[in-house]
Amino acid sequence: MHGYSGKILHIDLSERKSWLESKPEKWYQTYIGGVSMATRLCWENITPGCDPLSAENPICLANGIFAGTPVPVGGKFGLASKSPLTGFIGDSLSGSWFSTSFKRAEWDGIVIHGASEDWVTVFVDDDMVEFRDASHLLGLGTTETESAIRDEFGDDQVRTACIGPAGENLGRISNVSNDGRKAGRTGHGAVWGSKKLKGLSMRGTHGVEVADSEELLRLSLDILEAAQGPHTQKYRILGTTSNVLNMNKLGLLPTKNYQEGVFEDAELISGEYLHEHYKAKTIACAQCPIACEQVGWVKEGPYAEAMSHIEYESLFALSSNCGVNDMEAAIKAITNCNELGMDTMSTGVTISWAMECYERGIFTKEDFECERYPEGFEANFGSGMAMVKLTEMIAHRDGYMGDLLADGTQRASTLLDEERDMESYKWAMNIKGLETPGYDARALKTFALGLSVGTRGGCHNRTAAYDPDIKGQVDRFSVDETRGKLAKGTEEYAAVYDTLPLCKFIRRCFTGKADREGAWPAIAKLINATTGWDFDYDDVDLIGERAHTIKKAFNIREGWTRDDDKLPYRWKHEEMTKGPSAESVVTDEELEYLKDLYYEAKGWTPDGLIPKEKLVELGMEDVAEDIGV
Amino acid sequence: MPLPSTSKHEYITCDPDKCIGCQICEYVCSYAKTGEFNTFRSRIRMVRDHKILITTVACRTCENAPCAIACPRDALKQDPKTGVIKVDTALCDGCAWCIEACDFGAISINPRTKLAEICDLCEGEEDGPQCVKWCPKDALEKTTPDRRAQRSRRKLAREEILR
Ligand code: SF4
Ligand code: SF4
Ligand code: SF4
Repeated sequence: MHGYSGKILHIDLSERKSWLESKPEKWYQTYIGGVSMATRLCWENITPGCDPLSAENPICLANGIFAGTPVPVGGKFGLASKSPLTGFIGDSLSGSWFSTSFKRAEWDGIVIHGASEDWVTVFVDDDMVEFRDASHLLGLGTTETESAIRDEFGDDQVRTACIGPAGENLGRISNVSNDGRKAGRTGHGAVWGSKKLKGLSMRGTHGVEVADSEELLRLSLDILEAAQGPHTQKYRILGTTSNVLNMNKLGLLPTKNYQEGVFEDAELISGEYLHEHYKAKTIACAQCPIACEQVGWVKEGPYAEAMSHIEYESLFALSSNCGVNDMEAAIKAITNCNELGMDTMSTGVTISWAMECYERGIFTKEDFECERYPEGFEANFGSGMAMVKLTEMIAHRDGYMGDLLADGTQRASTLLDEERDMESYKWAMNIKGLETPGYDARALKTFALGLSVGTRGGCHNRTAAYDPDIKGQVDRFSVDETRGKLAKGTEEYAAVYDTLPLCKFIRRCFTGKADREGAWPAIAKLINATTGWDFDYDDVDLIGERAHTIKKAFNIREGWTRDDDKLPYRWKHEEMTKGPSAESVVTDEELEYLKDLYYEAKGWTPDGLIPKEKLVELGMEDVAEDIGV
Repeated sequence: MPLPSTSKHEYITCDPDKCIGCQICEYVCSYAKTGEFNTFRSRIRMVRDHKILITTVACRTCENAPCAIACPRDALKQDPKTGVIKVDTALCDGCAWCIEACDFGAISINPRTKLAEICDLCEGEEDGPQCVKWCPKDALEKTTPDRRAQRSRRKLAREEILR
């Protein structure tokens, strides 16, 4: 086999031992890598029905097929566990040197079992596995942890994925960080924390062997050149933050906990404003010639020294959605989340939920008391200071509020509603427990479908169904019989990228056209030059369907039913009043109709279960045995 | 101890304002020189320290190259015309004295063969230094210290006058 080592590394934290597993080529051709292979490893190694924070929930990493080669934007890996936030599959992607070290150490995947009694880091040095005491690293932020470990070895080639204090404290919206990039969503940090795993470090020294290196380099360099042209201009100059003004114009920029889609001070939190006043540098992930990461830096004032890369999804959550028009507070809050190891999106949306509770008089100043802020504080929409303080409190579970918010909106609202007999679930913005993204789905009906059926909950990245809505390919305010197929098409398209993985920002650089016809033949060539296989258009297309199917199968085994595919109360019952997306909701009737269309398009039963034949057709016989109907 | 004086010879220099840390230069260098995709074997290396300090470093073709002087086995010879350091693989035993002598961190020992590897400005390549050719951000340049200085002066003058 080329492009793969054929080896999966198993590590048991309880027994402190490790072993190797070999997989046949067919398995690799079915699951490829990234989120698909990581989910498959999770399927094989989890005790179904287990508590996500128990020793029975494995941490599964699967590298990218192109990691460690010159293929642009291929330096990524997938991470999967059962999510402590959703109870379903938590599949994440992350980029950078961790994945290239992982590749050069010649492992295709890593499964971490059990749980340690004492805090550890695991060091994988080519084929050696070492368990190292981590007590001196406790409490350190993510960047500090990574550099402390690098300093211990005195070697820059030791790359680490780690958790911050939020993960140590089992916050269900905490994440895993490597080289400043995140496996951001669904609460991986808490899974690592529950195993007392502070970090996983890799050093790999081997060259990456591929089937036809000359061809692979040639293909890569063509893509590299195209990636400097107009196809990626948006990403290179403003990065994803250019979305702020675009979404605001469409009336889709979540504002004050999704009460509105227009923010009057959008200019002040725009990518353009960031670029002009706070941009310190543009940086790239490993192997990436685009470089979309815009680093924002506050030089003076109360948030002096805050510095972080600023993405649109972080920015909306920690500015307009909290009603905050202060870019400096946003940069500080994002820096806090990234350093403390928390999902910026879930954190922001959870804070905005708390702010709404405060404005409605359910929370008072005293509810925000903690050791750090013994007097408590006011937490109205628009208070940048409150937003920043809450990021710290959540990471450390400080006081009543920090503890309540550390597990996200679903748990916080359930607890509050029980304790105080309230109905705060009506403004708890999550789907399957995962906080919603930065596009208001009330007026993006295909997207609303995509989000509701999403295997990991409220994630824009996995469904991508905003695309036909925003491009005007369909009427975004209404529903029709095309939407089931569209939602299937966009989620499987995204799943191809998430499985290889390749960053989606490269999608126009193969031939100028981002659709399947434009991209799949070129991707097939990259796969073939890497592996020596003979993939064609259909094989590439199947990567996405298989990836999505294994995730769905995982959820079914964990008890998923049709009722789990839902939308937040607010999107179904409350209209926005301002801007071009006002006066729109997704009714129950619309949603159930859309779900019917979608299950049918997928070839599933009306209950959303997967027929045996469908699974067999996809080459997943053992999955068919288990959950097929 | 002051840095060894860099010479009149050409070398590869990186503009840290432009470099994004993508390591494409490392991949093309390692492939051009070894046929492998292995950034460990690149003769140009990306350094990223702190969140925004990113640059790359390759051999500076020093005058009276300290690496060559330090080598106890005379395995390193400097080409008097180009300043390029040639490694005699028959003599080099990977002792790493040269690495200690080089203030730029421009030498690495190949982890497999245990031989020193140094940028040769892609002498054999028809289209010149591969890293320069493929850097997507035009951060790299093959230049001499004097030409580099001239460019800085021009840039400064332009900025001062056109401001
Ligand atoms: S290819 Fe250019 S931008 Fe990329 S790391 Fe090398 S010098 Fe920097
Ligand atoms: S290897 Fe180092 S010491 Fe030797 S010439 Fe190059 S930069 Fe100077
Ligand atoms: S000039 Fe050639 S040998 Fe030197 S660093 Fe660049 S690619 Fe490598």
